[in-house]
Amino acid sequence: MLRPGIADPEGQTVASALRSLGYATVAEVRSGKLLRIGFEADDRDAAERAVADMCRRLLANPVMEVASWELTPQPAPAEAS
Amino acid sequence: MTTLVAAPPRIAVVVFPGTWSERDFAHVAGAVLGWEANLVWHTETDLGHPDAVVLPGGFAHGDHLRTGAIARFSPVMRAITDFAAAGGPVIGSCNGFQVLTEAGILPGALLRNDHLEFRCDWQSLRVERPAACPAWLGDLADGELIRLPISHGEGRYVADAATLDALEADGRVVLRYADEGGEVTDAANPNGSARGIAGIVNERGNVLGLMPHPERAAEEEVGGTDGLRLFRSLQEWLNEQPAAAERRL
Repeated sequence: MLRPGIADPEGQTVASALRSLGYATVAEVRSGKLLRIGFEADDRDAAERAVADMCRRLLANPVMEVASWELTPQPAPAEAS
Repeated sequence: MTTLVAAPPRIAVVVFPGTWSERDFAHVAGAVLGWEANLVWHTETDLGHPDAVVLPGGFAHGDHLRTGAIARFSPVMRAITDFAAAGGPVIGSCNGFQVLTEAGILPGALLRNDHLEFRCDWQSLRVERPAACPAWLGDLADGELIRLPISHGEGRYVADAATLDALEADGRVVLRYADEGGEVTDAANPNGSARGIAGIVNERGNVLGLMPHPERAAEEEVGGTDGLRLFRSLQEWLNEQPAAAERRL
């Protein structure tokens, strides 16, 4: 997601389109990118640390973006025999 | 009797998957100027001892995630970072500028044009304090107006106010979008860049990032030769560098 204060012309265009469809109360749209990442971690803390690290190193550019995430635990895949 | 003749400049033109301006840079350096231009694939770790490094325009790694975000991790970037840290001249044009900001070699970032359109056009640019970047702009004058093509969808330069103030205070904003009278106006700004910024240099002054394409304005047939003056600046600068001259003898 773009940082607050950084102009988001894509979001503005979508907001304008929504208002023209009759959603007159739409005040703002901010655009961003959704990534779904499947990975293994020992526990929730380790998963949190890993995602924070991924965001810091690659997924978000702190100059212009902020990242947030949700973790959804899945059962560990069965060991291949 | 042996006569030593200085070899022509040698430039390394970096090619990522999706780069598209490398052959134009190589054409200008090679066919127009008679220099040695070597294309360097992004997985290389050795630049081949160039006098200067070019990061050309295009869509490195498909511009996926963000422009320049993946390219920044290409193996060749380590060598470029070292080359720049040693004072070697580096130019990043268009996508190359985006790569340099993602790599943290230049401050700020480049975002989607404010009007959301891809813009391909000739653009007037005001040169400011070119002495801050002698290797690439030494042949240009402060306040001079030049014309170069632009060709980008994501050229809106952004940085926080403190960074912008520091860039201006240090004289590191060297190119701004201007109208034909040389005025920096909103109407002349093709992408919504902060303060009309089209090009900046690093603190040391050896790394130039700019959205316009100097390599597309190097022959009269294509409509202008102002871009050639960046190449000429480099040649003159190299001639004044004892180390470079020695290496090329």
